[in-house]
Amino acid sequence: MRTRPLIFLTTMALAMLQPVAAQESSLTLPKTVEAGSAFSIHIAGSGKAALYIVGLGQVLKRDVEAGGTAFFPAGSLYNAGHYLAVLAGNSSTETVSFDVVPATKPAELSFLAKPSRLPVGLHDGITGAVYVFDAYHNLIYAPTPVSFELTSPSGAVQKHVVATRDGAAWTAMDSTAQQGMDRFLARVDEISNARVIGQVPGDPCGLKMSARQSGQAILLATDPVRDCNGNAVPDGTIVTFTEAYSGGQSTVDVPLKHGIAEARMAGHSGATISVASGVVVGNQIRWEK
Amino acid sequence: MIRSTLFVCTLFMAASGFASAQATVRVEPANLQSPRPLPEQTQTAAIRDYLKSWQSLRAALEQNRSDLLDPAFVGTARNKLAETIQQQAALGIRTRYQDSAHDIQIVFYSPEGLSIELIDRVEYDVQVFDHDRVNPIQHISARYVIVLTPAEVRWRVRVFQAALK
Repeated sequence: MRTRPLIFLTTMALAMLQPVAAQESSLTLPKTVEAGSAFSIHIAGSGKAALYIVGLGQVLKRDVEAGGTAFFPAGSLYNAGHYLAVLAGNSSTETVSFDVVPATKPAELSFLAKPSRLPVGLHDGITGAVYVFDAYHNLIYAPTPVSFELTSPSGAVQKHVVATRDGAAWTAMDSTAQQGMDRFLARVDEISNARVIGQVPGDPCGLKMSARQSGQAILLATDPVRDCNGNAVPDGTIVTFTEAYSGGQSTVDVPLKHGIAEARMAGHSGATISVASGVVVGNQIRWEK
Repeated sequence: MIRSTLFVCTLFMAASGFASAQATVRVEPANLQSPRPLPEQTQTAAIRDYLKSWQSLRAALEQNRSDLLDPAFVGTARNKLAETIQQQAALGIRTRYQDSAHDIQIVFYSPEGLSIELIDRVEYDVQVFDHDRVNPIQHISARYVIVLTPAEVRWRVRVFQAALK
């Protein structure tokens, strides 16, 4: 409670360190004011006047007495931008421009991360972009280091530190080899914003089947289907078995169940049986009865 | 060079139909920090929609009607301008903004394509009306940072902030 007047006075003193005034102007005020900080405008001359602070972010008006100082306490002017201080007297109007700059302390990150789900092992597959704001939702355009961290389910961390340019920074990360949920974090000082990125197995790798007689037909079964990083390809993924024989061809599509695809086919003598999933082709078997 | 000039002319003609008839528009070559290439069609649309936003801004602040911001502004930019309009209305003030020149450069296209940031070195006039009192026109030259995000059929201004030159 006791420190507040002190902070106010200190801020006021700092704000007045670099006063500027238009030549022969009645107005003396800081060239820049930090958003939310206290500041003051000294008005020379005598008589009553109206003082306007006009910008696209805020508009203020004060009835003032020339020869005095108009005090604007902390929190009066908080939207960053270019402002005019307009002193309108009975017979004249004077104007001085000044800028309200964002507070230096970041308070909010706007974090765009994409995609929310992707296959494992993709180079630069995950991207994140950040805009840095202060407590008044002003874009902080001064260079600010942003730390991007991608934590995989195994606990491995990829970290990139990028400085903002005009308030924005971006990065690209590789999806890791392990399926599961990654945590993608953007951090500036103690402010952070996280997104969850789902990593799913990639395409099947080394698709292999075997065949055995089952009555008059043959029973085809794949080995457990995995991607190139050893992650189990999810159940429901379609595996296609094709039997090509003299005078014809038959095809069976089956979903993976418990990591394996099974199908029963006629098993013509001399047939060539192949297996595929999506664009991935597995082994071939020549079947002789 | 010819292509760039044509682009500027096209934009100017587009702008003259939507924004201020007098504003001159210059578009600098993009200085992108992004892995994502910015298609010329996207760039044209974003700049066209940004220039149109000045028309919305001008009407809204002159008439003290925040609803006129809706087609062009969203999020923080919309909220701040609406707050300004509310303050103007409470004080019995109106302001007239007239943009006269834009020098635009796109500086960021986010990798997922959901935001475009541009810098506009803009010149405009401001006039303050307080009830019956009409204050002189003030000419301003300022550097604005703008962030646009896509809406259903157009780009909308999400951040609209004058920055130090």
